Amino acid sequence: MRTVVVTGVGRFLGANVAARLAADPGVGRVIGVDHAPAPDDLEEALDRTPSGHASVVVVHADLRTSEIADVIADAKADAVVHLAVVTSPDGYPGGRAGMKEQNVIGTMQVLAACQQAPSVRKVVIRSSTAAYGASFRDPAIFTEDTEPREVPRGGFARDILDIEGYVRGFRRRRPDVAATVLRFVPFVGGRVNTRLTRYFAQPAVPTVIGRDPRLQFLHIDDAIEVLYRSITEDHPGTFNVAGPGVLLLSQAIRRAGRLAVPVLEFGMSGAAALAKRVNILGLSLDQVDLFVHGRVVDISRLIKEYGYTPRSTADAFVDFVQAREPGVLHAERVAAAERAILDGIRQVRSGRN
Amino acid sequence: MAGTEHSDVWDRRVASALALVRRRLTGQYEVDEFGFDAELTEEVFYPALRPAYRKWFRVEVSGVQNLPLTGSALVVSNHSGTVPVDSLMLALAVHDEHPARRHLRLLGADLVFRTPFLSELARKTGGTLACNPDAERLLGSGELVGVFPEGFKGVGKRYTQRYQLQRFGRGGFVSAALRTGAPIVPVAIVGAEEIYPMVGDLKPLARLLGTPYFPITPTFPWLGPLGLVPLPSKWLIEFGEPIDTMPWHDQADDPVVIFNLADQVRETIQQALHKLLKQRPDPFG
Repeated sequence: MRTVVVTGVGRFLGANVAARLAADPGVGRVIGVDHAPAPDDLEEALDRTPSGHASVVVVHADLRTSEIADVIADAKADAVVHLAVVTSPDGYPGGRAGMKEQNVIGTMQVLAACQQAPSVRKVVIRSSTAAYGASFRDPAIFTEDTEPREVPRGGFARDILDIEGYVRGFRRRRPDVAATVLRFVPFVGGRVNTRLTRYFAQPAVPTVIGRDPRLQFLHIDDAIEVLYRSITEDHPGTFNVAGPGVLLLSQAIRRAGRLAVPVLEFGMSGAAALAKRVNILGLSLDQVDLFVHGRVVDISRLIKEYGYTPRSTADAFVDFVQAREPGVLHAERVAAAERAILDGIRQVRSGRN
Repeated sequence: MAGTEHSDVWDRRVASALALVRRRLTGQYEVDEFGFDAELTEEVFYPALRPAYRKWFRVEVSGVQNLPLTGSALVVSNHSGTVPVDSLMLALAVHDEHPARRHLRLLGADLVFRTPFLSELARKTGGTLACNPDAERLLGSGELVGVFPEGFKGVGKRYTQRYQLQRFGRGGFVSAALRTGAPIVPVAIVGAEEIYPMVGDLKPLARLLGTPYFPITPTFPWLGPLGLVPLPSKWLIEFGEPIDTMPWHDQADDPVVIFNLADQVRETIQQALHKLLKQRPDPFG
């Protein structure tokens, strides 16, 4: 692999994947693309030169324009990793509209650039298990071949369906390019800061009344590892990427020591609709759908093809919990209460005897 | 605190109950990928059902040896009673009477999974949506899977049609068994028909509520909440001889094979129902 172009290096995942590739002596040159300079902490990761190897060359280009085509053509890139997919409009310039432009137009431009560049041999696209939509008639576990039953109402999920549609078109037009689509579940980990991790970090966590969805998480380090292997090895196809096992939302909240606050579903949808303009609870319809339906995927294809099993959903979540402030109901406090109650009962009973 | 004076039975009970509460409060329990919570099912759900099973319906079970000790089987049963109490009693019968205390993984209609609270109760106690991917995944991992092919046509039928098996649908359950090579165990349940005898159906109200039917029974809705108490009928559950599906293993998409097998299962259950009814001349005896 001589030259790899990584989009979205201004964000945590992109910066870390680019740095990981740059540290590999088998990779010649890593070019990172983003429209804005990376925050200082990520800049450091990109500049790091372990083993004296070349660092990531950062190019500022707007993915929503054909600038990216020039970057890929000038670099004679062999591989393109498209990670500039935004999961939530929080803090994103232009809000939801800007997010949609970035996701949909950005992916179109990147794929068009790859299609035109004869040097490109490999394309890796970040997708999401939101591609399966949310319906009450869904099977409990999605394999890569499951088709969504209904068009999802969440903006991110719609973007993902568009993105995967463009990849299908790209595969038809450039059958010689190995295209890898990775459908990720939400990331967690000590260093991750997403809408979902902020949600679990609140002292009281809103949930939907009468619903306790099954969730899966992926440790961010495993996401980086799978992306790294997708570039340095050959794994064409579409893969679910998740930590094995599941946590129920109630179980995750309890393990985080938080308190669940059940809210009516339409109340939460209403809040999410309102949050489009005023960000009050940090909720989106994507999240409400996830909290009503849950989402569990089969990862046997990933394990077989990559020979790699991510750490479990429960372990990934523990790593995230331990990096945060403990909640009011954390395990030690509950265990202490248990001992106190048991001792109290024993004292009362022995006093009576 | 000397250990010996506390090692009485009540101390152990209190300690284990507190430990259970602590595990539940801190999320330290396991659920499988379908959302089945074995601890909650065994420690909370089944104990809550047992009085109804033993004292109210006085369930008698025969043919439990027809369920495999290990490995998969598709348990196919008749369905009745206006409210699907029979599925709960069947699951408890499998767990309590089977030597390996196995769990029956029930397949439910999408209405169950659409309904708040009910959907979560169904998943936590081992249920999932009645669809081929889920059925085949459960059977493929060696589970006992319970299915009611009559669906709402069975639970929602009038009292006058009691113990008359309804149509079996498309036979999706047969193709799931064929694909995974799981044997089919036909089950006949007698007793559930009398718990809420449906004498009328308010169709417009059902349409308004989005339910398949709105039952009128001799006690509901006339007696208000009291009408929700099921009549104490006497129940018999018989597990029939398993039907080997291996001979048709590679014909899971042949409709002729599917319908023939589905008919065979249906006929077996219908005959078992007639036989059991003769053993139980008085529904409330």
